[in-house]
Amino acid sequence: MLTAENLGKSYGGQAVLEDVSFSLGEEETLAIVGPSGCGKTTLLYLLSGLVRPDAGRILVDGAPVAGPGPDISIILQDYGLLPWRTVVDNVALGLKVRGVGRAERLDRARRQLAELGIAGRDADYPANLSGGEQQRVAIARAFVTRPRLMLLDEPFSSLDALTRERLQYALLDAWKQRRVPFVLVTHSLEEAVVLGKRIMVMSDRPARPVRVFDNPGFGSRSILDTEACFNLLRELRSTVEDLW
Amino acid sequence: MNLKPLLRYALVVLVLGLIWKGAATALGGIILPAPEDAARAFFSAMATADFWAHFATSAWRVVAAMALAWLTAFPLGLLMGSVPRVDALLAPFIFLTYPIPKIVLLPVFLLLFGLGDTAKIAMIALILGYQILVTTRDGVKSIHPKYFDSVRSLGGSRRHVLREVLLPAALPHGFTALRLGTGVSVAVLFFVESFATTRGLGYMIMDAWGAMDYLTMFSGILGMSLLGAALYEIANFLERRACRWMFLRNKG
Ligand SMILES: Nc1ncnc2c1ncn2[C@@H]1O[C@H](COP(=O)(O)OP(=O)(O)OP(=O)(O)O)[C@@H](O)[C@H]1O
Ligand SMILES: [Mg+2]
Repeated sequence: MLTAENLGKSYGGQAVLEDVSFSLGEEETLAIVGPSGCGKTTLLYLLSGLVRPDAGRILVDGAPVAGPGPDISIILQDYGLLPWRTVVDNVALGLKVRGVGRAERLDRARRQLAELGIAGRDADYPANLSGGEQQRVAIARAFVTRPRLMLLDEPFSSLDALTRERLQYALLDAWKQRRVPFVLVTHSLEEAVVLGKRIMVMSDRPARPVRVFDNPGFGSRSILDTEACFNLLRELRSTVEDLW
Repeated sequence: MNLKPLLRYALVVLVLGLIWKGAATALGGIILPAPEDAARAFFSAMATADFWAHFATSAWRVVAAMALAWLTAFPLGLLMGSVPRVDALLAPFIFLTYPIPKIVLLPVFLLLFGLGDTAKIAMIALILGYQILVTTRDGVKSIHPKYFDSVRSLGGSRRHVLREVLLPAALPHGFTALRLGTGVSVAVLFFVESFATTRGLGYMIMDAWGAMDYLTMFSGILGMSLLGAALYEIANFLERRACRWMFLRNKG
């Protein structure tokens, strides 16, 4: 459903991405790992249409991505919630932008929040929420417009281990329910294994895909306890250690 | 109704009164009347229509000026802060004229706008407007780009960026400038009211000073202080209403 062809991007003469090609199937997920500062966020910005690539093109279901739109939701590295809007208004923002009436968008936003386990905090402001709650709100915000593709930029990196695990499972469950494909950038190899049907390892700048791993055990909550996963992690780790 | 601010005011008035009392005793009580005499004169002045006429004139001038300043400087600051081309054009003018003490233009304003309220209001508005303009512009420039990305990533247009990011992020800066500007506004008000008028608290003070009627003079001074405090509280209230999210950090 998503195809990236020979993407390139430079900032100030410095190549950040070079010749990045990959594809993502319907009902698939892709986890991207790479060294810090290599250009993972830049790649997601290109995929979302927020930034135009210098070279190459991005196709969603065969049509080029012309700019940000309702089909693709991106969760920015630090959630991207607006501090001056209440929780429910933040979630409803994507619907508001699309011209959905006030009553309907608030109702849909509330239901989406409840689905993600946040009820009764509608009128609070993001600053009053814990990191984990803010992340749930950000996920609700991305889900509520029923996108066809989700992009997540290190969504759980600033959370404590337990909350992170819980939210990883929440995302996995949401994926199982709706099968909305997503691209997830992460620093954690374990997270990549839990959430990526395929795992793409990027090189240091200029970033390009070095290897793509298949993850046949993907989808199970207890994947980290399996032998196959253990071997995959070991292989991932040695690839990463050679590269970075 | 929260009584804390009132209590705080009462305490401050009490302390200032004690200092005043000490100073009045030291100076012999002619130039500086005793605070209880001044207070008595103030309260009896407050029972006269004349005092309230002066007060109302002053209040009208300063409130009109503040509204004028805010309604022109805030949008302009927002525009300069968010559209680099406009900023490149206007910023040199603003920052080269910023250090000029605008108050020296009062004679020019009196010539241009006549001796009525227009010149006075324009003078206060100009001085306050500069503060609001510069503060708002800098505030808008400092908005983190992630908020623009956030709205744009949802497919938001320029109009949405304005409504969802620029406006709410700029409001606290505009209101803080307004609140902090109340002091300067009342000071300028006093100055412009000491010329070419027979109405307003500034006139009342200077007139009583000329007549060596120090009790009336202090009634005017206290009246002007009351006006300043009221304006500050109103601006403070508006800021808290419009920017509720700014003041919730420590709750919850
Ligand atoms: N708008 C921009 N202008 C100039 N340089 C940029 C811009 N955006 C990113 N860069 C540069 O591109 C490089 C890659 O940045 P990017 O944020 O994509 O890295 P990342 O892989 O997401 O890093 P991290 O893992 O720390 O989040 C960095 O060196 C960064 O300085
Ligand atoms: Mg990043």
